[in-house]
Amino acid sequence: MAGPVYIADEEAELTSVSLDGLCLLFHAPSGMTHIVATPAPEILAMLRSGPADAAELLRRLSAHYAFEGEAAAGALAARLEELESAGLVRRA
Amino acid sequence: MRHRLSLQIGPVAFRIGSAWKAPLDALARLYASYPAPADGLADFTVRLEPEKPWRRFFRPSVAIQGDYILPDAAPLSLAHGLLAAEMGMNLQMALGQKRYLLLHAATVEKDGRALIMTGESGAGKSTLAALLGERGWRLMGDEFALLDMDNGKLLPFPRAISLKNGAIRVMEAQVPAARFGPRLTGTPKGEIRHLIPNAHAIERMQEAAIPALILFPRFGEAAAVRGVGAAEVFMRLTQASTNYVALGRRGFDALTRLVSTLPALAIDYPDTDTALGLVEDFRQELAA
Repeated sequence: MAGPVYIADEEAELTSVSLDGLCLLFHAPSGMTHIVATPAPEILAMLRSGPADAAELLRRLSAHYAFEGEAAAGALAARLEELESAGLVRRA
Repeated sequence: MRHRLSLQIGPVAFRIGSAWKAPLDALARLYASYPAPADGLADFTVRLEPEKPWRRFFRPSVAIQGDYILPDAAPLSLAHGLLAAEMGMNLQMALGQKRYLLLHAATVEKDGRALIMTGESGAGKSTLAALLGERGWRLMGDEFALLDMDNGKLLPFPRAISLKNGAIRVMEAQVPAARFGPRLTGTPKGEIRHLIPNAHAIERMQEAAIPALILFPRFGEAAAVRGVGAAEVFMRLTQASTNYVALGRRGFDALTRLVSTLPALAIDYPDTDTALGLVEDFRQELAA
């Protein structure tokens, strides 16, 4: 059974600045600032090409980065949960 | 209000009203050499009122009111009326300032370059700023750094310096008695005495400076210096800002620009001479 499908806000809603290998995000709809580490910014970037479930996101990520296998799938699930609770992604 | 006083401090104009004369007399003495607001208009209003009408005479108790209020702010005794006026001005700035990104930090300037010192209460930033202000630096402020979000410069806000406990003795040994306010004992923060910034700081209180270095001083440890990464600086400064969240995207842009362009150091110091020596070393390195 396919898992939940996630969507992210438009690029214009999220301002990002890289500092020291971390990424600062200003989320305009909530007015909140988040400090995230890789692969969270990459996950958000991949969601900009359209809604996706975890399997599809893993496929998009592995096409751009050395990000595949079971460990990557586990990390992706954990990051998606964090991004969802932070309000940076939501279920379609 | 029965008694009124208007003050211009850096780019901010205050109007302070009081049900009692004494706190405003003390405030007027501290700010005797400051100009009145040029256009007569105030950015912020502070009111010192009796907690209840009869408390103007009977065991007088000062409640701080203004455009912005904290509902649970405890009233102070009239003996601490000057402190109430100072706290009222802080409160209006902290809650209402929208033109500048406000950092809870002390700032000093030399050769057009400003040093931002921030840290928890007791870290010694007020004492260091006060000492540097007497040793060739221009005191820009000991409480709030005002960051202009349009051009990234710092604006001075040279209020009277609020010295606490041990710092009072340190400065009394260096500065003539005429530049001190009354000794306030038994306040919620212990003993407090205000120090009037020197003429140099007051005359140049409209003159902005370019930020050059961020310091996180910590008093009471063996001397040590370590670099602080920009992401950590960003996080600490959001915590040190009273209006970062309210400013939204403008605050984010201004703060990320500041931390990505400025070096930042955490310094531990066992005594003020060590800290002053370190600051002078940093200044020479920046100038080189």
